[in-house]
Amino acid sequence: MTVSLELDATDLDGVRADFPILNRVMRGGKQLAYLDSGATSQKPLQVLDAERQFLTTSNGAVHRGAHQLMEEATDAFEAGRADIAAFVGAGPDELVFTKNATEALNMVSYVLGDDRFRNAVGPGDVIVTTELEHHANLIPWQELARRTGATLRWYGVTDDGHLDLDSLALDERVKVVAFSHHSNVTGTGAPVAELVRRAKDVGAMTVLDACQSVPHQPVDFQMLDVDFAAFSGHKMLGPTGIGALYGRAGLLAELPPFLTGGSMIETVTMDAATYAAPPQRFEAGTQMISQVVGLAAAARYLSTIGMSAIAAHEHRLVAATLEGLSAIPEVRIIGPTDPALRRSPVAFVVDGVHAHDVGQVLDDDGVAVRVGHHCAAPLHRRFGLAATVRASFAVYNTGDEVDRLIAGVRRAIGFFA
Amino acid sequence: MRLEQMYQDVILDHYKHPHHRGLREPFGAEVFHVNPTCGDEVTLRVTLSDDGQQVTDISYDGQGCSISQAATSVLADLVIGQTITEAMATVAAFNDMVSSRGTVEGDEDVLGDGIAFAGVSKYPARVKCALLGWLAFKTAAAEAAASMGQSHPELQEEP
Repeated sequence: MTVSLELDATDLDGVRADFPILNRVMRGGKQLAYLDSGATSQKPLQVLDAERQFLTTSNGAVHRGAHQLMEEATDAFEAGRADIAAFVGAGPDELVFTKNATEALNMVSYVLGDDRFRNAVGPGDVIVTTELEHHANLIPWQELARRTGATLRWYGVTDDGHLDLDSLALDERVKVVAFSHHSNVTGTGAPVAELVRRAKDVGAMTVLDACQSVPHQPVDFQMLDVDFAAFSGHKMLGPTGIGALYGRAGLLAELPPFLTGGSMIETVTMDAATYAAPPQRFEAGTQMISQVVGLAAAARYLSTIGMSAIAAHEHRLVAATLEGLSAIPEVRIIGPTDPALRRSPVAFVVDGVHAHDVGQVLDDDGVAVRVGHHCAAPLHRRFGLAATVRASFAVYNTGDEVDRLIAGVRRAIGFFA
Repeated sequence: MRLEQMYQDVILDHYKHPHHRGLREPFGAEVFHVNPTCGDEVTLRVTLSDDGQQVTDISYDGQGCSISQAATSVLADLVIGQTITEAMATVAAFNDMVSSRGTVEGDEDVLGDGIAFAGVSKYPARVKCALLGWLAFKTAAAEAAASMGQSHPELQEEP
């Protein structure tokens, strides 16, 4: 791995050498072309080594006891938190670890409905989300509405896959506006500043699903001025079993806990307990210690390459994909076809060939893509579709892999014609 | 090549020219099944004979991949005209084969064109595609029998 403002072929070779899985020859006899990083990314040796190094030298429980391993483990855990927080533009005390982004979004949806919070969601309130969302940023809000008697409303989606900002007007009843930074289907980005401004105008809190942005572009939650944000480790070259909830410092301090138990307390009697300050208040039980170490290594790995360089690299791959697919008459791309208006992933359907069958032909060619509704069934329904093929990119992908994708789609059309 | 092993010509033929497709009247029961991982869906109707012992018609509509659509077409070909007992034996044999990870070849005398789906069993992600219409049929047959006051022991077990 080398550092530069732009990834050239030599840099890319170096990056790919850090991911041994990319050399794998798949069951069809072809080398893996992994175009499913939007589902989960591959992990570089640096992340695996960091976890192994920690577990073979410093493993211990954190924030309890007084022996040397406990001290080293706590230092590694909190240094990891600081690195990860810095990577997303958060203060260390603003970052709560969760098992994944789904848990982070569930956590915030629960505590925002807790009547110990002065601004809790209640009957007659309105929760706003969008038709673009992954189920993880939709169902928790459906459930919050059900629990509290609030009403769920949403921004619709335009025919080209952008949020339709004219489809909903916010008023003083709106308590929460939850939206994804980047769609995991259409590749379009939300107008964060505009949505934050609208939410603030009516006194609503904002929750950002940043799962598809944090791994692919520079992200600074404080600059984005959102109140909460969620992202997952495994989509950003880190381990599974680790995600995070960002919460604005002042706001987190006001919120009651979600899960309760060990390590999140101040004092406990048989009658009652008082709770630790954030972030520990929201981290009940033994934490994902080696996963935090691994995720911090992933954040450092991405930072060393540079998120702007990664964004530019992926942009070139997306542009090539859009160009290649647009040249096939049977292909319909979901979302904008102009690369200036979107990012990864690229979802599409092939006239006359079901997404599953396209995916099977690509699999035979060693090209791994996602098929289905990508946990965004309402969005697919909006476009009259049950399933799409989705190619998603990461720092380690190449133009050659894009060419193999395009060739595979053409092969599928020939096979089923 | 592996792709041709999975997508045998008989499967592609049923996919491009499905048999018994389209929803027909009258029917004894109608069910709607989906594959939640991919969004494939089938609406399937079963008609039983007046004595409730024989499958006289299966009609269906839906959207899905070649495997799910072809498997439903093969199901209708095989099972229309069979007794409930024979039909459930056919369903069980198909289920055994496609769930076997390639260890059960399938009996052509029982499964007819259905043995073409033996290759699918090597792709765990596609087994649910092959079973979508078949499990819908099993549910619909049980509902149709129940609506006639019939109780078949074969229809009680979950696959």
